[in-house]
Amino acid sequence: MAELTYRAAIAAGIAQEMDRDPTVVLIGEDVGAAGGVFKLTEGLFDRFGPDRVRDTPISEQAIVGAAMGAAMTGLRPVAELMFSDFFAVTWDMVVNQIAKARYMTDGQMSLPLVLRTANGAGLRFGAQHSQSIENWVMAIPGLKVVAPSNPGDMKGMLAAAIRDPDPVIVCEHKALFAEKGEVPDGEHVVPLGQATVVRVGADVTIVALAAMVPRALAAADRLDAEHGIDAEVIDLRTLIPLDAQAILRSVAKTSRLFTVEENPRVGGWGAEIVSLVADEGFYSLDAPMVRITTPHIPLPSAAALEDLAVPSVERIVATVKRRLDDAR
Amino acid sequence: MAQTTATPARVDRDTGLAMYRTMQECRLLETRAQELFFEGLVRGTTHLGIGQEAVAAGFAAAMRADDYTFCTYRGHNHTLARGVPMAPVLAELFGRATGLLGGKGGSMHLTSVEHSVMGSYAIVGAHLPIALGAAWSAQYRKSGQVAVCFFGDGTTNIGAFHEALNMAVVWKAPVVFVCENNQYMEYTPIGAVTAVARPAADRASAYGLDDIVVDGNDVEAVYDVATTAIARARAGDGPSLIEALTYRHGGHSRADPGTYRPDDEVAAWKARDPIPAFRARLEASGVEAGALDAIDEATRAKVAEAEAEARAAPEPGADVLETQVWADGGSAWRN
Repeated sequence: MAELTYRAAIAAGIAQEMDRDPTVVLIGEDVGAAGGVFKLTEGLFDRFGPDRVRDTPISEQAIVGAAMGAAMTGLRPVAELMFSDFFAVTWDMVVNQIAKARYMTDGQMSLPLVLRTANGAGLRFGAQHSQSIENWVMAIPGLKVVAPSNPGDMKGMLAAAIRDPDPVIVCEHKALFAEKGEVPDGEHVVPLGQATVVRVGADVTIVALAAMVPRALAAADRLDAEHGIDAEVIDLRTLIPLDAQAILRSVAKTSRLFTVEENPRVGGWGAEIVSLVADEGFYSLDAPMVRITTPHIPLPSAAALEDLAVPSVERIVATVKRRLDDAR
Repeated sequence: MAQTTATPARVDRDTGLAMYRTMQECRLLETRAQELFFEGLVRGTTHLGIGQEAVAAGFAAAMRADDYTFCTYRGHNHTLARGVPMAPVLAELFGRATGLLGGKGGSMHLTSVEHSVMGSYAIVGAHLPIALGAAWSAQYRKSGQVAVCFFGDGTTNIGAFHEALNMAVVWKAPVVFVCENNQYMEYTPIGAVTAVARPAADRASAYGLDDIVVDGNDVEAVYDVATTAIARARAGDGPSLIEALTYRHGGHSRADPGTYRPDDEVAAWKARDPIPAFRARLEASGVEAGALDAIDEATRAKVAEAEAEARAAPEPGADVLETQVWADGGSAWRN
């Protein structure tokens, strides 16, 4: 086991796959000689050279479109979108072209490509550089979506995404870049589509994703210490394909479900989970399911406001406590 | 039909006959598809390239079998020109199970990876970056393949056009961008909405490229520029941008009678129909009329056969509705 930052785990995951497969190539703005604006691809240019690590102009449609064209003709491109907000600039490529190509051609085309992107709040960048876009891409048939919460998963899931025969969107959370964690030595691959129980508990199930996972865990510790509430925390890790069974199993045990979502309220991934549990786990429930989300607003830039907007440990603790009190 | 004043064809007999056959196959299949649309057999929409066949035929004759074609929703001609059989194309237009795309794509998305036809794209401009990506892949794999990307004049005003051209030049990608300037952006004259007179050629210098304009109704002229541009790309000398001047005989799509176009303009372009013009040249170069008549006859028979086959084909069933979203053949999004 080595301790790596989430940031270093990204470069390590890409390097691992570039080492084993010469068809893996990386493109994006500043990903090469500069090592990425967040230093997420540092060292790759020196190690693999300009043919495999290519700098692009600020041309998100060309970056994503080129990745698609390369993927349909034998490469496994990894394209970086510097900020996930920029998906909006290249939305046609993502939604109309990449996601639909296989279905529209009745399976003639495979698109083994990865779109990596710096996602989420925490750096006070304001409404156009802080969004959580996983719900945008999750809503489109034909895209797989992952959002790792720790360095080990980051490296392993990025590797799995690169090996996957379908398009995968990898959401890399900006607030986690400096976080450290254990990463197994040697080749490390974490299969997509498997949630993980990161804290075993008996009283409530809290489902979280990416940067909300450490907050949910911190909240669970406080709920236990301060209120005697024993929370089970699930790190969803992958939105598509969704590990619905992991959630249903946990709810069958705890009978109470909370989701912690960084995204604005309407149409968040938690709504899909609540709908699914209402349909298939309703008789396990002892109380209404509760979604803890950002309000339905653009994200503000001021630290004080951004902290109020995104679910905090305090808000998670208070919400769970209040809803349990209500039910008693 | 043959004009005694025609200049003799310059291409060799086999190439000439092949290009003539391709143009006739496109023309006769599309003409029949239009009739079948009005019979209700072709559903949805169709965008015909009747009048523009010389661009598809001239390029196809200059391409290697593994060179990539990327085209638009007006893509029947480009698909057929690469050797894709008529029956699955027509069946796709009918929405039948035997369609080229199993009924999942339709007229606007004809694709045959087997024939290196890497797709017909229906969002204007999208396929220029995608073609660039295929060219980049060929360059990286050192396969010697070239990507040829066809698009309309209207595409020159969308951002993806400019992003793709810039990046293709910077990367020296083996891609040939071919603007089929048929004078109209949907229902609007291209000149009315474009800052420059020549929508593609006048943009070329912005990317350090030559301004190449070709008579898109002259299949031999198209063949010549195609040969040069493809050779340049294959040699590693980078992309080209070609503007081929042409005209669609009909409207933008099946719902459009094209009445916004002056009658004399339509008549003038129809008088420059690429197919009879090339036939006259072939005859002037010594190809016997009988050989050309035989191609016409055989093509009519092929179209009839394809139509019968497509008519007899079943509609797709529920069993395929949820297949081929993922590479495992299925569409599961959860466990």
